[in-house]
Amino acid sequence: MISELRALGERYPDSRTAVLPALRLVQEQNGGWLTTESFEQVGEALGLTPAYCQAVASFYDMFHLAPVGRHSVEVCTNLSCALVGAQQVVDAFESELGVAPGETTDDGEVTLRTVECLGGCGYATVVAVDHRYHQHVKPDDVPEIVKELRGA
Amino acid sequence: MGLRTMLLAGTDEHDLTKLAEYQAIGGYEQVPKALELSSDELIAELQKANLRGRGGAGFPMGRKASLVDRKSPKPKYLVVNADESEPGAFKDREVMAKVPHRLLEGCLIAAHAIESQDVFIYIRGEYLSEYEILQAAVDEARAAGLFGEVNVTVYRGAGAYICGEETALLESLEGRRGQPRPRPPFPPVQGLYMAPTEINNVCTIATVPAILELGPERFAEVGTPGSPGTVLFSVSGNVEKPGNYELELGTSMRELIYTHAGGIAGGRQLKAVIPGGSSVPALTARQIDVPLDFDSIGAIGTFFGAASLIVVDERCCMVQLALRSTKFYMHESCGKCTPCREGTRWLVQILEKIERGDGEADDLDLLRKVCDRIEGKSLCALGDFAVWPVQSYFDKWHDEWVAHVEQGGCPFGGESSLEGIFAPSDQHTHSPVAQVPA
Repeated sequence: MISELRALGERYPDSRTAVLPALRLVQEQNGGWLTTESFEQVGEALGLTPAYCQAVASFYDMFHLAPVGRHSVEVCTNLSCALVGAQQVVDAFESELGVAPGETTDDGEVTLRTVECLGGCGYATVVAVDHRYHQHVKPDDVPEIVKELRGA
Repeated sequence: MGLRTMLLAGTDEHDLTKLAEYQAIGGYEQVPKALELSSDELIAELQKANLRGRGGAGFPMGRKASLVDRKSPKPKYLVVNADESEPGAFKDREVMAKVPHRLLEGCLIAAHAIESQDVFIYIRGEYLSEYEILQAAVDEARAAGLFGEVNVTVYRGAGAYICGEETALLESLEGRRGQPRPRPPFPPVQGLYMAPTEINNVCTIATVPAILELGPERFAEVGTPGSPGTVLFSVSGNVEKPGNYELELGTSMRELIYTHAGGIAGGRQLKAVIPGGSSVPALTARQIDVPLDFDSIGAIGTFFGAASLIVVDERCCMVQLALRSTKFYMHESCGKCTPCREGTRWLVQILEKIERGDGEADDLDLLRKVCDRIEGKSLCALGDFAVWPVQSYFDKWHDEWVAHVEQGGCPFGGESSLEGIFAPSDQHTHSPVAQVPA
């Protein structure tokens, strides 16, 4: 792992630039979230302190500092999606998964979140399932999306 | 290449994510033409074309290139801002997904203009599929030897609206928290790694090949004299046919909304248009007979911005719209400047109070005052972006705000299209927001 992270550092004019890709890699290999150990690993590989790495990670929405589910469902509720019914999509996921936004299902499988604009405003409502966009999502589509996710 | 499509030309007929297909329609042919020119000559051509930046500010791209300190002994960097995060904007994404090579061709030309051999494309982290397409295009073009001595690096962000602000983007690209830098020095003098840097939006750079192909004179004939060329307009919200439409600058807003985007969905009445992405003042239904170009939109008190129109129908409560918008800017404030960090939170609290019916007349005054005390008082424009829309909703639909106070609740009685919308900031129980006395 350390050598992989060091190799990332060598790709850029300044190894500090590799901190985002390094955190992403460590997060992917640690079940989707970052621990004290993750920051130590990244810090050691790139010559930064663990505290620095944690400070960077805590700034960005895509890094998680607490455990998350194996899968993620992220519903955009910014203006364009909201205007055409994003809340009904959120409600459908809540009842299908049995959790509120920000929570993970009891079996640790799925974390449901609402997120800010995903850049799919013309194709509302946009839902990112494990970071892949589903567009034009209607409440009726939700059971199928969850079924597919549970089967994956 | 037709005059009406520059950015997306050929994408209907061909799979322009493939190098061979892009080259079959003349792709990458403008690069050798550009390389025959000196950097001074190339910058002169770009200045003649008067291509205005498509990211939001509309700064002339050629002029920006001319400001890059090419005499510096340091490396020069070209950075493409692909951190498209403005609510309402989804055009850069389409360009990268459909015609990544046109962006790369533009990068090679723009890099030559500033004598750069290092190009970074900073793409927002959420755009995973677009990253994969773009990276594959980079790999294919590089393997074909099209890059020469130029290094092109695609760098993924990690979720932060503020990183679309150019100096925050540079901080992020250097492996830091994405907080804006004080200016001056401006990036053309001291940017990435303290070296001269040009930063341009995806659509700006992807338009550059068209300037070389047509020549700056013919390019400048498209659109309006002050805003030449075409723009990919993102239309979203309550229209029949939301989507991206590439049109000449100067096309009427009414034509875009009613002809291209099919008018208001369900035959409802138009209430408001936020013309440049969610950060700009809104227009009323009576203000849409306006040409879509930088100067005409500016003349009626708002901004062309990211050419991203959010269309709002009659069912929407403007207090709810302000609240949802402000929650976004509160969530995305980087925390560096006090007026923006604290002010956006205060605004949310006042807006919540008015919306739930506890607002008094004083709260309306307070709201307006807090807006004024955020505006223009931070290092970057995020604070302005938070208050400009709110000020416009407040001033142009004032009766609605007064009704909230007088009726002790939302006059839409639970029927607003934004009723109950759950913002991401509502789920952040791990970082409690201090209650500011209202």
